[in-house]
Amino acid sequence: MSKEIKGIAASNGVAIAKAYKLVDPDLSFETVKVDDISAEKDRLQAAFLTSKADLETIKAKAAEAMGQEEAEVFTAHIMVLEDPEFTGAIEEKITTDQVNAEAALQATADGYVALFEGMAADNPYMAERAADIRDVTKRVLSHLLKRTLPNPALIDEEVVIVAHDMTPSDTAQLDRRYVKGFITDVGGRTAHAAIMARTLEIPAIVGTEKATTEIAEGDLVALDGMTGLAIDQPNQEEVAAYQAKQTAFLEKKAAWAKLRDEPSVSADGKVFTTAANIGTPKDLPGVIENGAEAIGLYRTEFLYMDSAELPTEEEQFKAYKEVLEGMQGKPVTVRTMDIGGDKDLPYLPLPHEENPFLGYRAIRISLERTDIFRTQIRALLRASVYGDLWIMFPMIATLPEFKAARDIFNDERAKMQTEGIPVADDIKLGMMIEIPAAAILADQFAKEVDFFSIGTNDLIAYTMAADRGNDKVAYLYQPYNPSILRLIKFVIDAAHKEGKVAAMCGEMAGDPIALPILMGMGLDEFSMSATSILPARALMKQLDTKQMADLAQAAVNLSTNDEVIDLVKQTLPELGD
Amino acid sequence: MESREFHIVAETGIHARPATLLVQTASKFASNITLEYQGKEVNLKSIMGVMSLGVGQGADVKISADGSDADEAMKAIAETLKSEGLTD
Repeated sequence: MSKEIKGIAASNGVAIAKAYKLVDPDLSFETVKVDDISAEKDRLQAAFLTSKADLETIKAKAAEAMGQEEAEVFTAHIMVLEDPEFTGAIEEKITTDQVNAEAALQATADGYVALFEGMAADNPYMAERAADIRDVTKRVLSHLLKRTLPNPALIDEEVVIVAHDMTPSDTAQLDRRYVKGFITDVGGRTAHAAIMARTLEIPAIVGTEKATTEIAEGDLVALDGMTGLAIDQPNQEEVAAYQAKQTAFLEKKAAWAKLRDEPSVSADGKVFTTAANIGTPKDLPGVIENGAEAIGLYRTEFLYMDSAELPTEEEQFKAYKEVLEGMQGKPVTVRTMDIGGDKDLPYLPLPHEENPFLGYRAIRISLERTDIFRTQIRALLRASVYGDLWIMFPMIATLPEFKAARDIFNDERAKMQTEGIPVADDIKLGMMIEIPAAAILADQFAKEVDFFSIGTNDLIAYTMAADRGNDKVAYLYQPYNPSILRLIKFVIDAAHKEGKVAAMCGEMAGDPIALPILMGMGLDEFSMSATSILPARALMKQLDTKQMADLAQAAVNLSTNDEVIDLVKQTLPELGD
Repeated sequence: MESREFHIVAETGIHARPATLLVQTASKFASNITLEYQGKEVNLKSIMGVMSLGVGQGADVKISADGSDADEAMKAIAETLKSEGLTD
């Protein structure tokens, strides 16, 4: 019987394939007395060997798919398996307590996990090591119990992944050739799994609440990432309907592809810039394929997060140069380090905070740890000669913060000029507008900056005082709330009054409801996931900016998020399809 | 039996990559090799043992090797410590 499952549309496209459940099997066991100690030790040995073989394969797959660095986490796992003290302690427990291998393994692993977690308060890096031990223990246990642990790296047929949630290490192992779609129980459009799906151009639905309980392993699943609907075990007619949707989507995609080398212009001839958000130079092929006219947000955090130590000037320089060269003279906006207490960096222990999003993060760290900041600025300055570099500072709340960051930039530039290192002379300096204080004072900031980039995810969270990751208050994530629209309009007008550029990076820039309003407000640059660019460009072509200005004016005078959605849908009924 | 004391200067202490490399180096030798810090002694071939000490910046540690290749082992370990920036 076919069953409909509804969730949040997270990544465009249609998929019809067998379900692959990325769900841990039941690994519960009984502690029992054993008589044959040596046979029990042999079982343990065998489970360790098979686990090691699994991890070697997964590591090789991950290295192939994501690069050597991403695969390093599996080296850590393998080292745990090879640890003589770990195996020794388990064997000893089997001998002295005369218990089964499962019980001895679990007790020993629990001891290490507790020890490492106890150390995590002083050293966040230890929490990750505790997670490594848990992961490895799970794998060995699954072999002892002869229950199969899902190994997404080993998938070799077309599937739709069904999971409670997907972690970065899950997605790291996926092979794009075989994974046709995702369905998860939890998460929203901005969850890791959703962003990953859009980057990989895989259709996805998140937040279904029940996909893992409703869908059985191997079930045929049809999913539509535009509507957020999926069908478990669809009947023939339903399969045909989804196939038709898939064909229509692919045709639309082909039509979008024709816009790849076209400018982003409105129906009345006003030119905009559609740009891409990226995290690493590896995202460049997608940027080029989707015809981005610029990079509006290069998040440099990954340089810091993917590394066991502070990235050197040389490492950073190489990454920035690669992106600037790859864009062949098109503007590249690099955001300086945006890291805070919610991310664990082994080499930069940050205090645990009650409210990391209101705490010590981003420019607040950069202005105190000027050693780290100056290294990044120097790397950027060196790379500047390879393209059109724009630099922006994240989490600016006050004008003195912006000026302090600019002073450091100018100081490093002067030093490099004395050292005879070539530096471009037209680097633009700007700031993110994501803190309401900065938005409200945008007219003053506009006198000092070259450009603004509105970071909508954080601006909405800070304005509504709601964490979009918290299900209980997720309803307050209201991008079209007139309060947000007024702030955005004020920022755009303030920039234009001083002849400066107003850009937006964040999901809202590529959103079909927001885009007409933003065009009407005169936003200059729209930066979004690369895969949203061509649909956005197609939409822009249909819209008249004078009519959109009227729409924007009407929208800011409404009173709720829903009223704005209704207004846009009434004004532009063609958005519905 | 070979023994040497080391002063750890790296800001991160013995973590992550350096710890991994240290254990990998020690594991190449037949000798029993131990790491001692604040009165606790662990097997240097055990990643979990090394991690459990939580050796931080400024720590003074003692490494001992006992066995036929103790001399070579000590040399290789001292080299790894230095090349990873753990010691001066």
